[in-house]
Amino acid sequence: MIDIEQQLREAALDLPAEGPPVAERVAEEGLLDVAYASVDSPLGPLVVAATPKGLVRVSYSEFRGEDEVLEELARRVSPRVLKAPAKLDPVRRELDEYFEGRRQRFESAIDWSHLAGFTREVLRATAAIPFGEVSTYAGVADAAGSPRAVRAAGNALGANPMPVIVPCHRVLRTGGMLGGYTGGIERKEFLLRLEGRLL
Amino acid sequence: MSVYLPPFQALLEEHRADVYRFLVATAGASEADDAFQETWIAALRAYPKLRRGDNLRAWLFRIAQNKSVDAHRARGRRAVPVAAVPEGASSGDVAVGGDEELWERVRQLPAKQRTAVYCRSVLGMPYDELAVLLESSEEAARRNVHEGLKRLREELTDD
Repeated sequence: MIDIEQQLREAALDLPAEGPPVAERVAEEGLLDVAYASVDSPLGPLVVAATPKGLVRVSYSEFRGEDEVLEELARRVSPRVLKAPAKLDPVRRELDEYFEGRRQRFESAIDWSHLAGFTREVLRATAAIPFGEVSTYAGVADAAGSPRAVRAAGNALGANPMPVIVPCHRVLRTGGMLGGYTGGIERKEFLLRLEGRLL
Repeated sequence: MSVYLPPFQALLEEHRADVYRFLVATAGASEADDAFQETWIAALRAYPKLRRGDNLRAWLFRIAQNKSVDAHRARGRRAVPVAAVPEGASSGDVAVGGDEELWERVRQLPAKQRTAVYCRSVLGMPYDELAVLLESSEEAARRNVHEGLKRLREELTDD
């Protein structure tokens, strides 16, 4: 008797495995809730993610694994998370220009809708600090409408989902101490040096 | 209570090759590309509404099966003689000759047997998972595998 299952298994090994791409069709259908891409930078690879409304995430891959970041987006924004590098081309270009010293302002839209309350206010206030300038935790707490909530402002900055684009590296401790940074203090120093605030 | 669903990209990466092979095997190379894209679009459309995050493979292959059946119907309507279809024209290398004849016989099986035979024999899918895929009892899933294999065996022995 012939072993038909064995024949099927072996024949299946020779079937083509590479189907056509799906991300483009998915975007046309309006089903791409979260598009992401990996972007190289002098600070190591970044995961960058956007909804149709704008950016939602920038993350240092060496600091937090890509899988973890994608799982968090699936939980917090939508499980319709797909790799779609073309969707992130504009912000990739802006980041390249910024790191090459040719750009001081990011034009890409930010999707603020997944942030709430004081965190959102603090991050919006932070986004308004111009290139080459710095503020303090007390300063952004004040700008966010709660001058006494300095510690809460620190927590909000520590949870910044879009470092570099929302420039939390421009927020220092009163008295000029650098304070902390989610991607590690060397990255904060690098960015401040790039912007001419540190030698 | 909300259910945790992994990022869709993880599902795509884990299953895309298996889904594509399944569609080439059960719907034919000339139909596979469209059926493949339609499978993922339908899956993505329904994904956030899923009530449970287990058995994602069975859920996905049920969608693929439906797209394969649709492609079958379209193929039947066009009634293209098999010899005139440039197999593999759209998707690179496709095994011809012996393998293609084998898959053509698989395609002639009733839809549930086709799916059952492929998923069991090639993917090694457990019967409880296959039952979820076919929306049947485990017993019926076993029967579909058994009947399908029996028919293929008879046909291939006859020749």
